[in-house]
Amino acid sequence: MKLQRVIAITHARNVEFLRDRSALGWNLLLPVLLVLGLATIFSGDGQALYKVGVVAESPDAVLPVAEVEPLMGLAFTDFVAQADHARALRLVERHQLDLLVDFGSRRYWVNSSSPKGYSLVRMLAGFDDRPLERAVVSGEQTRYVDWLVPGILGMNMMFSCLFGVGYVIVRYRKAGYLKRLSATPVRAAEFLVAQVLSRLLVIMVVTCGVFVATEWIIGFPVVGSHAALLVVALLGAIAMIAMGVAVAARTTSEELANGLLNLVTWPMMMVSGVWFSIEGAPTPVLWLAQALPLTHLLEAARGIMLDGDSLMAVSGHLLVLAGIAVACLGLGAWGFRWRER
Amino acid sequence: MLFRLFSSGENVNPEPIALSVRQLHKHFGDIHAVRGIDLDIAVGECLGLLGPNGAGKTTTVELLEGIQVPSRGSVVYRGEALGPRFRAEAGIQFQHTALQDFLTVREHLTLFARLYDAPLPVDEVLQRCALEALSDRDARKLSGGQRQRLLLGIALINDPAVLFLDEPTTGLDPQARRNFWSLVKSIKADGKTVVLTTHYMEEAYQLCDRIAIMDHGRIIAQGTPSELLAHHFGGAVLSLPQTALSAEQRAAGDWRAAGDRMESVVADVDAALTALRRSGTSLQQLLIREHTLEDLFIELTGEALRS
Repeated sequence: MKLQRVIAITHARNVEFLRDRSALGWNLLLPVLLVLGLATIFSGDGQALYKVGVVAESPDAVLPVAEVEPLMGLAFTDFVAQADHARALRLVERHQLDLLVDFGSRRYWVNSSSPKGYSLVRMLAGFDDRPLERAVVSGEQTRYVDWLVPGILGMNMMFSCLFGVGYVIVRYRKAGYLKRLSATPVRAAEFLVAQVLSRLLVIMVVTCGVFVATEWIIGFPVVGSHAALLVVALLGAIAMIAMGVAVAARTTSEELANGLLNLVTWPMMMVSGVWFSIEGAPTPVLWLAQALPLTHLLEAARGIMLDGDSLMAVSGHLLVLAGIAVACLGLGAWGFRWRER
Repeated sequence: MLFRLFSSGENVNPEPIALSVRQLHKHFGDIHAVRGIDLDIAVGECLGLLGPNGAGKTTTVELLEGIQVPSRGSVVYRGEALGPRFRAEAGIQFQHTALQDFLTVREHLTLFARLYDAPLPVDEVLQRCALEALSDRDARKLSGGQRQRLLLGIALINDPAVLFLDEPTTGLDPQARRNFWSLVKSIKADGKTVVLTTHYMEEAYQLCDRIAIMDHGRIIAQGTPSELLAHHFGGAVLSLPQTALSAEQRAAGDWRAAGDRMESVVADVDAALTALRRSGTSLQQLLIREHTLEDLFIELTGEALRS
């Protein structure tokens, strides 16, 4: 492996990426949109858990205060004045309102198939004759957003890693550029390492930028060290870029590459714990999750951010990520094809 | 029809051999694209590979370049199998080469220069290929001729001992083609070995010391242009308007169509003219010309080169 050749190809790919305004724009715009979306959803005290319609004279009517109607004191609940009774009922039927209350006639309406409506009804029962005793939860509660941010950032990294490197290699092969390179002293491993390095640089810059912006806008805690988090992100990105390299090692059509990349990315979207914990999922799903790099990236990152884990504490995940990286890069270099045929 | 002017074993060529090919075969599935080629290319020689579309020229040249692996047979470069030394000393211009997007002419040359241990200075190659004024231009915005000069520049960046050009002037206008020829001539003058495939007889005639004509995956003739013509043809070519010939004459098979005229290859011009006079043919618009490589090509392969 000759460093000079690796650096030359890495540099050329970086220049190509930076000058491709449309691709660069998308790579920067998408994470910014994600952050803005997250910031909007999670601005204020937190996400409203329930949505309750209150029958009123007009949509901007002043609703009763909690001292008069105890239900109005319910936390994590949005109360929305509803002047059109028939429309409000339709919203209940469509799960867009969890409950509709008319304080005047002391009546409420609920969709009997709505789990949230069921919970609210149970709570309503507590306000009148048999108030429930409030249990105190000790310790600091994790907001959902604190748990979700690593998931969203990891997901963005995953798509950028796999599609970013996989597509480029297939495009180079189809266009015959790889064939031209094969007529020089460049070796497959040198070319692939250069592609990994170039992509890694882009992803780390974008991800760190988005992380800092999100931290500033939403303000989530990082209990462990930022350096440890950086190590986890680096290793996770290398493992996922290596998967992209393995997919693109011999593929000659963009359509096939697209299908294969979707086949790899969608399971990670669903079972690696981006959106929700998969605790308690069926055993085969858990097995599948353990084979996917994003699962290990997210578990290690969340351990450091939320529980203050050290690198030693997440070393198991790091080992798996390193193993995936080495295996995929080895597979990619071994099966690599310069030409379409 | 297979013949060879010089068999490779004879000590006709005093120059050392750069590339030596023995019994080269290449299969693609059921297609037997190259069927037993033997070839020696001397150091400093320019060899032209000619043939109709599908004759196996590009496959042959890619086997010589080490881009394709032969199904059978061997390619030897200066006494050793194609390997790292060959890759370092060969310059290749493919028929279709994509370059990276968004890189300028100079950046492309710099990129390829860094892939070699001992490249030429980029400025020297820019000057050599008349690219100085274009050095900061995005390679995608080059004209056909400019692009071919850049690809030639990339092929020259490692100061190669042997240069492969696969149809380098296809699709260029006559002016750009002539410019490219003078470039290749100056490269030949440096003593580099050149292997060229082409569709154009004039290109082969201008640039090549020796020509190998291919058809159906075989070399059917090789030699210098004048040797080939002298060996295959005495006499001359007679050309008459179609209307000057009777239906029987046209059907007899001595004449073949060439545009709106008919041509006949004759060994003895006097005898042929006497015969035409006797048959009452008007010789008002008769043309007599020498044989060209085009004639030889049609004679050997039975088809015109651009078919």
